[in-house]
Amino acid sequence: MTLDANIPAGPLDKKWTSFKNTAKLVNPANKRKFDIIIVGSGLAGAASAATLAEQGYKVKCFCYQDSPRRAHSIAAQGGINAAKNYQNDGDSVYRLFYDTIKGGDFRAREANVHRLAEISNQIIDQCVAQGVPFAREYGGLLDNRSFGGAQVSRTFYARGQTGQQLLLGTYSALSHQIALGNVEMFSKAEMMDLVVVDGHAKGIVVRDMTTGEITSHAGDAVLLCTGGYGNVFYLSTNARGCNVTATYRAYKRGALFANPCYTQIHPTCIPVSGEYQSKLTLMSESLRNDGRVWVPKRKEDCAKEPKDIPEDARDYYLERKYPSYGNLAPRDISSRSAKEVCDDGRGVGPGGLGVYLDFADAIKRLGKHVIEERYGNLFEMYHNITGEDAYERPMRIYPAVHYTMGGLWVDYNLMSNIPGLHVLGEANFSDHGANRLGASALMQGLADGYFVLPNTLGTYMASQFGKKVDASAPAFKEAVDSVKARVQKLISIKGTRSVDSFHRELGKIMWDKCGMARDKKGLEEALRKIPKLREEFWTNLKLLGSADGINMELERAGRVADFLEFGELMCLDALNRNESCGGHFRTEYQTPEGEALRDDENFDYVAAWKYEGDNTAPTLVKEPLVYEEVKLATRSYK
Amino acid sequence: MISAPSKTRRGPHPILLWLLSSIGKKTIVALTGICLVLFVTGHLLGNFTIYLGPDWLNAYALHLQSLGPILWVIRLGLLAVVGAHILFTMLLWKENQAARPKKYIASDPIQTTVFARTMRLSGLCVLAFIVFHLAHFTLQIVDPSFKHLETTLDGHQVHDVYRMVVLGFSNLPVSLIYIGGLFLLTLHLSHGIGSLFQTLGFTNRTTRPLIELATKAYAWLLFLGYISIPVSVLTGLVK
Amino acid sequence: MKFYLEVWRQKGPESGGKLEHYEANNIPAEASFLEMLDIVNEDLTAKGIEPIQFDSDCREGICGNCSLTINGVPHGPGRGTTCQLYMRKFRDGQIITIEPFRADSFPVERDLVVNREAYDRIMQAGGFISERAGSAPDANSVPIPKVVADVAMDAAACIGCGACAAACPNGSAMLFVSAKVTHLGLLPQGKPENDRRVLSMVRQMDKEGFGNCSNYYACEAVCPAGIPASFIAGMNRAYSFASIKESVGIPL
Repeated sequence: MTLDANIPAGPLDKKWTSFKNTAKLVNPANKRKFDIIIVGSGLAGAASAATLAEQGYKVKCFCYQDSPRRAHSIAAQGGINAAKNYQNDGDSVYRLFYDTIKGGDFRAREANVHRLAEISNQIIDQCVAQGVPFAREYGGLLDNRSFGGAQVSRTFYARGQTGQQLLLGTYSALSHQIALGNVEMFSKAEMMDLVVVDGHAKGIVVRDMTTGEITSHAGDAVLLCTGGYGNVFYLSTNARGCNVTATYRAYKRGALFANPCYTQIHPTCIPVSGEYQSKLTLMSESLRNDGRVWVPKRKEDCAKEPKDIPEDARDYYLERKYPSYGNLAPRDISSRSAKEVCDDGRGVGPGGLGVYLDFADAIKRLGKHVIEERYGNLFEMYHNITGEDAYERPMRIYPAVHYTMGGLWVDYNLMSNIPGLHVLGEANFSDHGANRLGASALMQGLADGYFVLPNTLGTYMASQFGKKVDASAPAFKEAVDSVKARVQKLISIKGTRSVDSFHRELGKIMWDKCGMARDKKGLEEALRKIPKLREEFWTNLKLLGSADGINMELERAGRVADFLEFGELMCLDALNRNESCGGHFRTEYQTPEGEALRDDENFDYVAAWKYEGDNTAPTLVKEPLVYEEVKLATRSYK
Repeated sequence: MISAPSKTRRGPHPILLWLLSSIGKKTIVALTGICLVLFVTGHLLGNFTIYLGPDWLNAYALHLQSLGPILWVIRLGLLAVVGAHILFTMLLWKENQAARPKKYIASDPIQTTVFARTMRLSGLCVLAFIVFHLAHFTLQIVDPSFKHLETTLDGHQVHDVYRMVVLGFSNLPVSLIYIGGLFLLTLHLSHGIGSLFQTLGFTNRTTRPLIELATKAYAWLLFLGYISIPVSVLTGLVK
Repeated sequence: MKFYLEVWRQKGPESGGKLEHYEANNIPAEASFLEMLDIVNEDLTAKGIEPIQFDSDCREGICGNCSLTINGVPHGPGRGTTCQLYMRKFRDGQIITIEPFRADSFPVERDLVVNREAYDRIMQAGGFISERAGSAPDANSVPIPKVVADVAMDAAACIGCGACAAACPNGSAMLFVSAKVTHLGLLPQGKPENDRRVLSMVRQMDKEGFGNCSNYYACEAVCPAGIPASFIAGMNRAYSFASIKESVGIPL
């Protein structure tokens, strides 16, 4: 099997324009005849639902939350990048493109990333027109802040709630289209399977989480905008409900899963405080603009109050190791550095898993009120969770799983290898390579939803006239029956262990063996442990209640069952990639200074995995990454 | 699943739609409230003539009587205002009951003041008090002997309102009813006046606390002004 | 820590419910309220009792999904959502009553789970700026004074959790509606539709069966996003003016 990314010909900066000039169009009267199924209502889902509805398609949108406004995009804090160069600090589309490629450790597809950078400016225009209240200067023009991995200020923000405001923007556009009758919204509806008819994605199976009813929906194309799989680690900054089920089910129906091992560990989260903990809370990376990261130089000082540790006994390790980027070094590097100092025994706080993020200098330089203005809500949140006052005492932070760069494989049109199945936002693998830069996730979700897919969908749709499939096709019945059987199986195990205990155990395996640093031995161990755990899950799960009506344990059990298979795929991918790049750090492959050591000769490809059956190893399909414009370089932030 | 919302309604005249909407009804209560606050204020200013001596109060009463048909227009107007105030409050109340049929088992007043929560009760008590007041001094059926109090003013035989008030308030239970009724009125106004500014949209984050303070103070000033008369009579300051 | 819980249990939307008594044992003070319930649910599962069903998702105070009334107060003591409430705020051995959000327009679906689609329908009635992707002018072409953008942001911070209507003795949704009306109404981009927006959103709100505002300000007191009730005042004014315009035939 070979993969064709369908990248348009021509010079890099003309590809998107020439694509649009020649892309197939569907006339408005015909758009009305097409039903588009969209799963997920986050930035990518709601934006594409609204935009396709504006264009005239008939859209059905599904989300597992009780309202599309609650999708997890809402939790993004920091901001959204765009190459507007409003700051006149030398920014350009090319720089945003290059920073993103470099930030991704040269493991992303050039053409996609360039398109993303081109579109970034339109996104800001779109959001402002929608009423997103971005931060402004007194003169009324838009304000920007700097962010990790960039030397320009190109990040637009709305206090510490940028994701919320952008999502509410897409939600309002979606609401408008629902009101007009162009979108039919299904909330509390979880996608359980993909329906493939004659090789094309033509529908989905959905469980109504309120009534327990399992139904199928037919459409002319299916868009998965279902986010990432960070919850495979149990503890992550993702929402409780975030899961891999939709994309994993698509994988089991034949879609390729690309680069599953690329996970991003966010450097600034509140450290874990105990076993009971259900999630990790992220503190926006923007804090690193003004905070200085340090640990004591000597292990003996770790238990001391931070104010009692003199300046010369502190190790500002990011400033020391990366003088030009300092505290703004990219996420993977910052995270790994934190892990190193903690492994070295110099971590602070309970369990020694934490480093200080200190605002004393910034408060001295700018005054407390400026810091309060910039980060007030974050300080409040930190105080609420830990009971500590960060104006007086440095914050304690530690890395946590935050974003997953891997996802279903898609071509330039955002279509997977299953015709008709399109994948947008975090759910696809396309734009961030092995590591995502801060403030780029919002950019990608909105780019895919507002501008990319609405322009590329026509390519597929134009081939689908007169090929309508309805839900009476046998494939639908087969899918519904298999979902029903699976749900029944979960209910009838009647073992002794709760869903969460399995999830927690899986998470621990994944974090220890496939987390911030990985090695062959650990991954092999994980690959032995996960199938055993999975086996126990299917024989010893204790699940009370019935499949009819609300049963949140049942919902979680279905998701955990998929994580238990997916975790294995992640480890397999991590084991296959014998190099270190971005978020994937194999301890065997590092430079003498402890930096990631890429192997461009052997691993400059997208690893796309093809499902071959439950007890058969998946096969690896490679899409070589061809760089026409960029010269591969060792990433240096020194 | 989310069903499509209703289309903007066609049919009833917009003013009717406004009147029947939650905000419209509230606005009516607020506007009638303003009229009543103005009336209560004017009434008090008139009452103060008692401190200028019998002739002033009697002359003021005579002047009011001499308005003839205009007095009736004012009276009917006031009646309509009171009626509308009560009617719309009751409509709102009925809807509010339906909107929150189930109360919390562990209840907590959350922020609301006792004045705010007792607006209907204090309002109804005030209504009863007004009825008593009218029966007492206007219709003079509580003590029919009030009808026969007469005095001379500029050589004319007139109703001696001054004497009636002094006699009326000399009766301690009656004075206590007045003080009690006025107290309830004050509770009603101490939330009501501030509230009407909010309902009519004259507040913002800066002004609301100030308006609330000022209107509460105003309500209590009215209270002091009103009760000063029975208190003065009882203490013999006014004879 | 140890707590004595009184939890509302209800099988389905049509069935009646009642408070059940459970004990929460060995709760760390650093646990959040929802993590405390997770622990209780693990205990219940072990004992063969169906776990308590309650909504939550992001668990960082922004998605607006969690919706518990704790000791009679939506989201419990202190400012913030239920998920941002930590057990150290309670006394060891305290009795805690947990009920669903109550309002006629938020029917209980099971235990502590309520249906808040009424808020979605109010948004659909007018909580948007009609605009299509691709049609926007440059973002800096219309300057918006910082002070205006800041107040718009204050209003836009609403998380749509429904605590305002749940706290209101009248079950009124005015704070929620006024937040959106204020947010979009202040921005130059939203102004062309201001009158239409406020009319249709308020009408939809009434149609959903929410109560009327009696200026109790309980909504403001529980709002996790700190939306001030003065936005309601602005909406009252905007609604009445728009009604007058509509009545005298000024095109909206």
